[in-house]
Amino acid sequence: MDFNDTPEEAAYRAQVRAWLDENAPKKALDLTDMEGGGSMAASKAWQAKKAAAGYAQITWPKEWGGPGGTPIQQVIFNQEEAAYPIPPNPFQIGLGMCVPTVMTFADEDTKKRFVGPALRGEEIWCQLFSEPSGGSDVAAARTRAVRDGDDWVINGQKVWTTGAQFSDFGIVVVRTNPDAPKHKGLTMFWVDMKDPGIEVRPIHQMSGGSGFNEVFFTDVRVKDSQRLGAVDDGWRVSLVTLMNERLAVGGATGAGWSQFLEAARTVPGLDGAPALKDQALREKLADWYVQAEGLKHTRNRTLTALSKGATPGPESSIGKIVSAVQMQELAHTAIEMLDQYGIINDPELAPLKSAFHGSWMMAPGLRIAGGTDEILKNIIAERVLGLPGDIRVDKDVPFKDMPTGR
Amino acid sequence: MNFDFSDDQKFLKSEARKFLEANSSAAQVRKVLDDDGKAYDEALWKAVAGQGWLGAAIPEEHGGLGLGHLELCVIAEELGRAVAPIPFASTVYFLAEAVMLAGDEAQKSDLLPKIAAGEVIGCLATSEGPGPVTPGSIQTTVSGGKLTGTKVPVTDGDIATLAVVLAKENGKLGLFLVDLTGEGVAREALQTVDPTRDAAKLVFSGAPATRLGPAGEGFALLEQVLDRAAILLAFEQTGGADKCLEMAKAYALERYAFGRVIASYQAIKHKLADMYVRNELARSNAYYGAWALNTNAPELAVAASAARIAASEAYWFAAKENIQTHGGIGFTWEVDAHLYFRRSRQLGLVAGAPRVWKERLVSQLERRNAA
Repeated sequence: MDFNDTPEEAAYRAQVRAWLDENAPKKALDLTDMEGGGSMAASKAWQAKKAAAGYAQITWPKEWGGPGGTPIQQVIFNQEEAAYPIPPNPFQIGLGMCVPTVMTFADEDTKKRFVGPALRGEEIWCQLFSEPSGGSDVAAARTRAVRDGDDWVINGQKVWTTGAQFSDFGIVVVRTNPDAPKHKGLTMFWVDMKDPGIEVRPIHQMSGGSGFNEVFFTDVRVKDSQRLGAVDDGWRVSLVTLMNERLAVGGATGAGWSQFLEAARTVPGLDGAPALKDQALREKLADWYVQAEGLKHTRNRTLTALSKGATPGPESSIGKIVSAVQMQELAHTAIEMLDQYGIINDPELAPLKSAFHGSWMMAPGLRIAGGTDEILKNIIAERVLGLPGDIRVDKDVPFKDMPTGR
Repeated sequence: MNFDFSDDQKFLKSEARKFLEANSSAAQVRKVLDDDGKAYDEALWKAVAGQGWLGAAIPEEHGGLGLGHLELCVIAEELGRAVAPIPFASTVYFLAEAVMLAGDEAQKSDLLPKIAAGEVIGCLATSEGPGPVTPGSIQTTVSGGKLTGTKVPVTDGDIATLAVVLAKENGKLGLFLVDLTGEGVAREALQTVDPTRDAAKLVFSGAPATRLGPAGEGFALLEQVLDRAAILLAFEQTGGADKCLEMAKAYALERYAFGRVIASYQAIKHKLADMYVRNELARSNAYYGAWALNTNAPELAVAASAARIAASEAYWFAAKENIQTHGGIGFTWEVDAHLYFRRSRQLGLVAGAPRVWKERLVSQLERRNAA
């Protein structure tokens, strides 16, 4: 038992380090111009450089333009890359979920057309699954596609689409047969996000920011050749896409136990002594540390399995359940520690430039994104522990006859 | 990254499981539970000694197998899973670890071979009453090599032959070895929450005591012994907690209510998922502790605290929610759920309550992060 690389891993790490030393940016970007395209140009340039050197999608096979490496090599590259001030990565959803779906289901011409530009960061993809009427229940999609000769015409609305505002293409799951039960009437297409019938509107989050979008489809005409998989077989296609989502949506990162400890040194407690002397807070601090360590070493166990060639299973779901809930509790307690002063959310005045307030406003979203706490617990119960699935009332009912509520 | 046990260690674990399924079944554990006159399973104790487990981490030169602490960790997990009714923790995690850590060469040569052979049963005598053990809570004294005072409760104090005792000598704390079969020792068995692991009150009136380790460093030594024991206990606790999850799952899959198995209700599914998450976090913390113990890393104290807190709370949660999942039948004497409920409480207290470890942990983090 140790934390060391195998000789092969060590050799790969050395190779990666040498390449990064030569090629990675040494100075951080000014990210204040995120939406103006300044960082996007840098992101694309870095992606192209990685692709040329075989570091863009390390596990991709040669026929997709990758080097055919192992998952542990990808982990090693990510670890080493994180030591440099690299630009944001807007390609992950496309390369992790959308393009693999295209590569699995599209015809040869389509694959050839898209895989290279995506890998080199020239084109960005988004995933259009969630709808106002179905978040956890993706198969409840109502966006319609109706056949018209050799085309399909799409109408409806998608929501919570990350990166739609700067995406070139997207994959969209739509209802093609409302007379069939819900899982049997869906079809997947790829779409050009520049189509005039597609309107992208940013969602104003409760936290004030806008990291996601609503995407409206109005008479968007697509060719039948843009179909991925068979007509009405879109649910099976979407499962291929979603299989990769848990790997793409990481754990929560926000103010953690060490930031809490530092803040508690300086904030006065109940009797005027530092809050860090408050026994109730000390117990919570211990609990958070133990959870964070537990997650860190659970990841180390997963990496060990990867290193031995195993595929990590649904057990990696525990990371987000634990970290998102902890982020919420920790931020809430940190703000409470400030007492009346805790209402101040001004980075000039609040501790750690409002980091706790930032976590507190983001945590509700993190407990929902990429699988809600409840869905992830179902996944653990069903796929790890082998307990039965929930009783379904929607399996054999034609979609058009299903009660919809609001 | 190689953060896992080796194939040999996993083989040892599966052999240990088979051995304990044959020699420490619930029926055998219940013989100790149901018989007030039976403090432990003597046949199992002899068989475990025969397997060499008592000396798994004791060097060969001192009569052990010289395997190491990782091997001891996998054995501990299986002992916990089997709620083995033997003084293994007292003898191996407390006495043997204390002797290996603080003993002089003569003490090691004398005691370790006897421990490995099962000729000695150990115990750790620190508590003198309600509340945590602190430097200020110790009244027991040694003067002229004689020990006087009362220790209560002492797990396995009624059957042990040799005690490690925390006591004051010239006003300073030290650890002392006391032969419990000799003069000046009176024992009184106590009624405890877990009758499969007995305890006693020990009254010393001039019992001969030999110092273990340097004078005046008793509390620091004790903390080091407890750190090592906490990691091994965390494996026992993880083994027990996993068994509780298995029992709850098996019952939920066969019990029907309102026309379907109760495992199909989200209230039960999410409860079991919560048990799984806590057990995995406890296991990962225990693994890190095992690494620190095996390499004697500087992180040992912090790793031990995290392992103890995570394992104690995971076992408690799994033990109580296992009963809850069983419903009424889980509250009966006949169902084994209470064996784990009892043992989770016993293990959660025997090296100090999690509350004490949380305070130790935060004190360590405060110092570490200031540096």
